Amino acid sequence: MAILTETTEGPLVLSVEQVEEIGRELDALRARITEDLGAGDREYIYNVIRAQRGFEIAGRGLLYLGFLPPFWLAGVAALSISKILDNMEIGHNVMHGQWDWMREPTLNSRVFEWDTVCPGDQWRHSHNYMHHTYTNILDMDRDIGYGILRVDEAQSWNVLRLGNPLYAFILMVAFEWGVMGHDLEVENIVRGKKSWSEIKTLVKGQMRKAGRQVLKDYVVFPALTGPLFLSTLTANFTANIVRNLWTFSIIFCGHFPTGVQTFTQEECAEETQGEWYVRQMLGSANIKGSKLFHIMSGNLSHQIEHHLFPDLPANRYPEIAPEVKALCEKHGLPYNTGRFAKQIGSVWGKLFKLALPPFLVKNSQQAGVIVMRRVQPTTASPKEVGV
Amino acid sequence: MVGLLDLVSKTMTTPHPLDRYLELVRPTLTRRSMRAEITHVRRSAVGSVTLTLKPGRQWSGHIAGQYIQIGVVIDGVRHTRCYSPVNADTRRDRHIELTIKAHPHGLVSNHLHENAIPGMVVDLEPAAGVFHLPQPRPERIVLISGGSGITPVLSMLRTLANEGYRGEILFLHYNRSPEYVPHRQELEAIAMQHGNVRVEFRYPETQRHANFGYDELEALAPWFPSAQTYLCGPPGLMAAVRTVYEAEQLGDRLHSEEFTLATAVVNPEDAEGKLTFSGSGVVAENSGETLLEQAESAGLSPEYGCRMGICFTCTAVKRSGCTRNLRTGELDSDPDQPIQLCISAPVGDVDIAI
Ligand code: FES
Repeated sequence: MAILTETTEGPLVLSVEQVEEIGRELDALRARITEDLGAGDREYIYNVIRAQRGFEIAGRGLLYLGFLPPFWLAGVAALSISKILDNMEIGHNVMHGQWDWMREPTLNSRVFEWDTVCPGDQWRHSHNYMHHTYTNILDMDRDIGYGILRVDEAQSWNVLRLGNPLYAFILMVAFEWGVMGHDLEVENIVRGKKSWSEIKTLVKGQMRKAGRQVLKDYVVFPALTGPLFLSTLTANFTANIVRNLWTFSIIFCGHFPTGVQTFTQEECAEETQGEWYVRQMLGSANIKGSKLFHIMSGNLSHQIEHHLFPDLPANRYPEIAPEVKALCEKHGLPYNTGRFAKQIGSVWGKLFKLALPPFLVKNSQQAGVIVMRRVQPTTASPKEVGV
Repeated sequence: MVGLLDLVSKTMTTPHPLDRYLELVRPTLTRRSMRAEITHVRRSAVGSVTLTLKPGRQWSGHIAGQYIQIGVVIDGVRHTRCYSPVNADTRRDRHIELTIKAHPHGLVSNHLHENAIPGMVVDLEPAAGVFHLPQPRPERIVLISGGSGITPVLSMLRTLANEGYRGEILFLHYNRSPEYVPHRQELEAIAMQHGNVRVEFRYPETQRHANFGYDELEALAPWFPSAQTYLCGPPGLMAAVRTVYEAEQLGDRLHSEEFTLATAVVNPEDAEGKLTFSGSGVVAENSGETLLEQAESAGLSPEYGCRMGICFTCTAVKRSGCTRNLRTGELDSDPDQPIQLCISAPVGDVDIAI
């Protein structure tokens, strides 16, 4: 596996032994945290749930006074917070199986549903399985551009790419609907790689889930406020949009700032656990911030830790982050992190830059991280191995 | 009312069920999830604790001899176990009384023995099981139990005493010594008040000739061939009673409940036992591989994704048996647990619901 990443001192070579050591150390870290999970972690997730439910009820209540602008605004804020907590620190993480160890039937990854239009089971396929297994592998991980964006130089350019930033903006505003459509792989249908009949059940599930969400936010709650119908409807709509802007921004900061790498399928064939870990670290990026910021981002501000251990409870990521960082430093690997403004700025910069034809923009200066691979006795010639 | 609440759940609280809001107010306020509050805790006999539970509105009672499943949180993890209520099954009295013996390796029983206090809330499932008294009652009844196998038959005896049953009853119980017998005084009181009830205790560890045998049974209840017999206890006692009844060709009059001790500690390296995929009726010999691989070699095609433990696509319910998590090495012998097939291997007999 040849991994290209930006280092100032030229190519970095990771030996087979180094990769194995990284794997062992991360395995040990994981085992230590797993062993330590207990009543305190349980407290934590239930506190977050209590807070989310509190904000939700407060938000719905405030909108009965929605004819007064401060109350309307406060209602929108409370509902936005509720939806963000529900989607990020609760929904995303519960559906990753992070809380399955509690054996709480209601917080089990198989059955959990979240407050967004995408049905949980479809997201578990497109995200937990496709994205987390094949992170940043071109043509495998559909999160690279979601089938509509150019976020990597290896993706080909054509004239339609000129709309890249616009597409990204639309995706951001309508993010929950984008996430819902993700598992349909619409562009594969257009290209004839997937048939309409294959997606029938997916569409049915989406209509059921989205229907309920729409009914709740745009019919039932507005109607319950009687004459304030429109005021409540716009408030709910705004809260949904605020949540979309936020989740899009946090998620895009996790994989698309400068310095994050993508990989080819050949590079990742027959990967060892250590190589898998290295790919996760090089393919993700963190965001620095306060404790509150981390909670509101579902701890996806610790995207690197999340990608190494997607099923460890997210409240533990802050605690292991310094160790992961130290491990990276020890082996000279980059640990991509920065404040929110820097990371999101870099994401949008890339979205604009990659809209342009390659001959107009300089290829970003890249030095290599070369991961030496052990010769696989079953898979043919040593020429294919390493670069 | 119910219709209205369902409507609320489908429209206002979606995607979360209404219960997930109600339980934050009070854990027992839930409509669908049934819970019970512990109201009294008594540690009467050595090594056992007796709990009185006040179940939620949904509780529809038990039939004497049946068991219930409760869920208890220990160090952040919810564990479920089955126990037979020991109280009479009279419907008017809505409480449930459980007598739980602390087993040396019993996580839940030890926890309850040491930590149960009034006010604690446990999960509760409806009563289940076919080991119970028939209606109409048989004319004569023999109840035999050993150790904590006493619980279902104690419920039977109390039920019969409550309803003024006139037939003959022999209640024969085996234990280590008198201090270990839960509800001993009460049993003796029932025998005093009801001329038709004979209560006998045997302590084979300290008494000579106290083991179960034909002569013993014949001496205590010469009418036993015409009775219905209900039996619950450790394997040795079960086997001894069965031998006698089969020799007398009374096998169809003997009703028994398997009595499961806390799962014995097993050697995880042993690839032994039978794998049962109860959803599809397939049985295979344990080969030591992951459950996902074994299911596939048995011709099944369970859902999977990453095959490395990260996506949770392969999660399925383990009905019974012990499995080992290959990533953490952790053993899990709790029944009815969702587990990841791709990183779990069976240890001994295991039943998976796929
Ligand atoms: S197949 Fe992904 S966790 Fe088992």
